Amino acid sequence: MPAFAIQIRDLRKVYIVSERESGVRSALQSFIHRRNKEIPAVDCISFDLTPGEVVGFIGPNGAGKTTTLKMLSGLLHPTAGEASVLGFIPWKREKGFLRQITLVMGQRNQLIWDIPSADSFELNRAIYRIPAVDYQRMLHELTELLDLGPLLHKPVRNLSLGERMKCEIAAALLHRPSVVFLDEPTIGLDVTMQRRIRSFIADYNQRFGATVLLTSHYMADVEALCRRVIVIHHGKLLFDGELAKLVQKFTTHKIIVVELGDCQADLSKYGEVVACADGHFTLRVLKEKTAEITGRLLADLPVIDLLVEDPAIEEVIERVFAQKEL
Amino acid sequence: MRAFIDIYFQQFKTSLAATLQYRASLAIWLIGHVLEPLVFLIVWSSVSNSSGGSVGGFTTRGFAAYFILLMLVNHITYTWIMYEFEYRIRNGTLSFALLKPIHPIHSDIADNIASKLITLPFILVIAGILALAFHPVISPSLWSLALVIPALLLALLIRFLIEWTLAQAAFWTTRVSAINQTYFVLLLFLSGQLAPLALYPAWIQSVAVILPFRWMISFPLELMLGQLTPTQALTGLVIQVAWVMVSYGLFRLVWQAGIRIYSAVGA
Repeated sequence: MPAFAIQIRDLRKVYIVSERESGVRSALQSFIHRRNKEIPAVDCISFDLTPGEVVGFIGPNGAGKTTTLKMLSGLLHPTAGEASVLGFIPWKREKGFLRQITLVMGQRNQLIWDIPSADSFELNRAIYRIPAVDYQRMLHELTELLDLGPLLHKPVRNLSLGERMKCEIAAALLHRPSVVFLDEPTIGLDVTMQRRIRSFIADYNQRFGATVLLTSHYMADVEALCRRVIVIHHGKLLFDGELAKLVQKFTTHKIIVVELGDCQADLSKYGEVVACADGHFTLRVLKEKTAEITGRLLADLPVIDLLVEDPAIEEVIERVFAQKEL
Repeated sequence: MRAFIDIYFQQFKTSLAATLQYRASLAIWLIGHVLEPLVFLIVWSSVSNSSGGSVGGFTTRGFAAYFILLMLVNHITYTWIMYEFEYRIRNGTLSFALLKPIHPIHSDIADNIASKLITLPFILVIAGILALAFHPVISPSLWSLALVIPALLLALLIRFLIEWTLAQAAFWTTRVSAINQTYFVLLLFLSGQLAPLALYPAWIQSVAVILPFRWMISFPLELMLGQLTPTQALTGLVIQVAWVMVSYGLFRLVWQAGIRIYSAVGA
């Protein structure tokens, strides 16, 4: 087994987009002379994933996440740079490569709309040449883990979004890929279903030792599944490391929750009062002043309870994306 | 090989199931396929009747035979990929197909066969009814009829490969309908759908020999009608085989170039 399941070096993808202003004159101008603009969707990023790792790939819309996943699954040819997935160059789309990977896109579906998923599954079995025994075992396992039993024989168009997503994921994993790319697998799903999918991904990773690269807008997905995160913004890599370190690195503030019994007191001299509800004040203070302010609060006020916490990950991430230079 | 048979069998099952889901659209599609040759049949029958019972060697009943058999040949060689390919690129289904370790053309082949197996009985019944109504006559020799099967298969292959190749224009432009329109007009004229090629001026007939359209539809039809000499028939088959090779080569070339574009601009 190679040391890395996925290895990318200075990967770059530039889209060429023709642009023009609105109006007839500029329409005519652009007919004669196209003005093209280069948009770097992915700008020289490098990272490695070891086999069996689950890594969260995060960034705002348009950061280049999907473009990267498409390059790694062989759909897109990069403008420059190198990538190796399981020792293959993805965009050569060799059959041996395609048989070992999968890409699930939460916004798109591969299942045939008008027929039951079971039929699409059978088709995938044939296409991926899965031996009958393995297929039965895998189907059984997936049915159990995702609770597919009642869904398999309904036409896909009659399934709810969440049910369909479960079937999509199952269809994508029947051939037991050792590298799994998940692009927003929980988008549009309710909280219960999100949790379900999340625990399934964790299960799949553990059972089969698969490498998983996952993008999501829900930090809960990333928190639950990934110790390591890779953050990109405007196509550039901002951070690659443990989720906990990301929080440490980008948090400048801490949150202190003080219980005083009511909301009468004025705590603005201690820090920024974010909210007060049921006698619980929420204060935002500079990280390095946390200890000092906690001490003062306890000394000055009739504190019933006090809690120091890190701000929510969403907030941290938001801050990361808001800053241009780091 | 066994793996391939398995894939085709499964693809076949899904295609059948999916096709059977839409009885109404199937019916509408059938009506379209019957109506066009029927209109031409009626037009040419009345032209023939008004000019003394025959036009350019075709009697009224000869026209009937021609257009009823045309309906069958057209049905067997018909494909719909040119209407579909651009949509596949636009809505991302092509990307999913590319993730699979098999060329997407295979699912189209299986789809095509499945849908035709479903519709062929209907077309045959309709052909029977039309035959009762219009009394067609044909006088083919036995050898000529024997060649119809290979000629039909080759015709289907040429049409399938050429239309699949042209459909890939969608890799380069989003306005494929202009290309489709041009192609269908040429097909209508030069494949014998509008009128038997024998009725055209000599120079158009010689153009038709060079172009692929006659070999997609008219040629098997000419064999069924018994219009060809053995030499003409064998030459025709050779030309068909040549067109299969040319169109397969084109299909491969265009596919490689198209995929390069597709994966460059954003799959």
